[in-house]
Amino acid sequence: MTRIGLFATCLADTLFPDVARAVVEVLERLDCEVDFPQQQACCGQMHINSGYQHQTIPMIENFVDSFDPYDVIVVPSASCAATIRHQQAMVARAEGFPELATRVEAVAERTFEFSELLVEVLGVTDVGAAYPHTVTYHPTCHSLRMLRIGDNAVRLLREVEGLELVDLPDADQCCGFGGTFAIKNADTSAAMVADKADCVVASGAGVCTAVDSSCLMNIGGVLERQGKRVQTVHLAEILASTEGQ
Amino acid sequence: MSGGVGEARSYEPVPAPRGVGHLRGTDSFPKAARVALDDPQLRRNLGRATRTIRDKRAQVVDEVDDWQALRDAGAALKESTMAQLPELLEQLESNVIAQGGTVHWARDANEANAIVAGLVKAHGETDVIKVKSMATQEIALNEALAAEGISAWETDLAELIVQLGDDMPSHILVPAIHKNRSEIRDIFLSEIDNIDPDISDDPRQLAMAARSHLRRRFLSTKVGISGANFAVAETGTLSVVESEGNGRMCLTLPDVLITVMGIEKLVPTWQDLEVFLQLLPRSATGERMNPYTTFWTGVHDGDGPSEFHLVLLDNGRTATLADEVGRQALHCIRCSACLNVCPVYERTGGHAYGSVYPGPIGAILTPQLTGIEDNPTLPYASTLCGACYDVCPVKINIPEVLVHLRAQKVQIKADHASVPSGEDVAMAAAAWAMSNGQRFSMAQRPLGLGRLLSRNRGGRRTIRKAPWPLSRWTTYRDSPSPPKQTFRTWWATTRRGGAQK
Repeated sequence: MTRIGLFATCLADTLFPDVARAVVEVLERLDCEVDFPQQQACCGQMHINSGYQHQTIPMIENFVDSFDPYDVIVVPSASCAATIRHQQAMVARAEGFPELATRVEAVAERTFEFSELLVEVLGVTDVGAAYPHTVTYHPTCHSLRMLRIGDNAVRLLREVEGLELVDLPDADQCCGFGGTFAIKNADTSAAMVADKADCVVASGAGVCTAVDSSCLMNIGGVLERQGKRVQTVHLAEILASTEGQ
Repeated sequence: MSGGVGEARSYEPVPAPRGVGHLRGTDSFPKAARVALDDPQLRRNLGRATRTIRDKRAQVVDEVDDWQALRDAGAALKESTMAQLPELLEQLESNVIAQGGTVHWARDANEANAIVAGLVKAHGETDVIKVKSMATQEIALNEALAAEGISAWETDLAELIVQLGDDMPSHILVPAIHKNRSEIRDIFLSEIDNIDPDISDDPRQLAMAARSHLRRRFLSTKVGISGANFAVAETGTLSVVESEGNGRMCLTLPDVLITVMGIEKLVPTWQDLEVFLQLLPRSATGERMNPYTTFWTGVHDGDGPSEFHLVLLDNGRTATLADEVGRQALHCIRCSACLNVCPVYERTGGHAYGSVYPGPIGAILTPQLTGIEDNPTLPYASTLCGACYDVCPVKINIPEVLVHLRAQKVQIKADHASVPSGEDVAMAAAAWAMSNGQRFSMAQRPLGLGRLLSRNRGGRRTIRKAPWPLSRWTTYRDSPSPPKQTFRTWWATTRRGGAQK
């Protein structure tokens, strides 16, 4: 049996434990063996994208040490998976750690975003979920344009019992999160996420889902502030659901 | 400054000088962005205009089967051109001279402005007509000429609107994108002599008013000034690609033509234009082919200008070329596709960037031309969403360069500060805590205190008011409350030690 190492991501570990739990639940339902190496912490994305890449070497080392023993690594975030696949080795090389870069590349080849793992590696689209709600899907920028995982999530959602999938207007537009962008350019970020929230409401869905907790936290925070009834729910939580079954 | 082929002209690469040109704004990007963000009319104008152009572009790009191969070819051509730039520039120079032109080398904006002003004065002229040109906007040539008593008349319609309105361009291709029709009519009414006082804001009426205003200039002005989209090294040919035909008037009617061109604009051979003349119009205006493409090679008796000067402008480009990651910004062919898809540009407009080069390409080009210390906030003016990279016709990896420049900015700031900034300290502490599972687990505990700030709202706990700097988040949106238990703790208590099923 394939041994899957779960990289929960620092964000989900700390703020959205239900997302990581849902990943475990879905994978175990599919008879996978999932482990959570306790040594793990963060992939370094925030530091790299904020200009502090020189501080990330110990973070990258820790990531590689944590996940080296696993056949497959799953990440419930496209942007963290993209950092592992496209940034860690580049940074290690730029900072003068070519051996670390080689180790990173070996791990990165076995690292997959959650929907990517299900559809492209395990070859599953029906995970036996039930979720009787109207749902709209926001394709996050890093899933769309860095990992290019296309319609994996949509294919999974279509197989969920009772789920009605509705289109999100201007779906491919960024939600305005951008990590520290939301703090450094708070006003611009707010203008972007306000438009995204309007589109979510206009979709008529009761639930907005995505493969990144960070973007959902951004969109959901605005919907919450506006007192809208639309919920933001990570794809893994929908796939783990057996509501009404 | 001007001279013959092979003349020694080496110098230390330096940034574009301060105090001249339009590459530095007065405010930081986040502050300057507020002007547009607070102007709903401007945001509607921008949103509508960028959406129209990006939809047109997407349509005409979709019809080209080998678009991705064309992009690869464009990127490869630019890369090889940059690798042999000095040799190609000298080849261009000798061919321009052989065809009867004169070549001038300007290491910066001041030198270029002085060369052009000197040439105009040598002919005893006080007026020049201009083709829309980014290079001359970059060096603020119009202002430099005005200081010498020379009036420069912009002939591109949008550039004319900007000039008459005493404004700055806010888009590379559509400089007046921030103005709507009625605003343009008001500018024309107050600035154009003998205009019909009953003119409406119908685009055709406005265009006709500009046409009759400009026609007098075209027929009477002796000196024309242009930029260049391309220069062909093997023949010494220059090219301008445009929509209106006003550019061609300026390039053919005057006696003297002066072209100011960034040194990165050249292509080695005629054949290379085949690639770029397919990539540029579709990416820029969303047209299969632009209406006017003008080529000229030196001077010809009785046909066109009798005197041609080419001013080759550095102004920070050699310094940019020295950066292995950042140099790809010089591959830009000024199509503006990245501006039109950028969710940040769409909301802030071009003026927020404080430079003639706004949008994603501006965020990577401007700080490199000026040196990053003069534009430290521009590399952060992006969410790294990657839409710009997807549409770039020469595949400039803008997100990669943005991240690269952010690292440079942090390094330079740290090198110059006697005490580390709050952000530096916070990031270092976070890096320490996030390099190890045990430390991270410890760090998560005080974060749990965030629950004290949260309130239950309709079944979910959220935080409405967080302390600085997270207050910048909660000004606009709720923050999730930390859960009772992190995933790590849950796993340790339920799964570790054989609890797994």
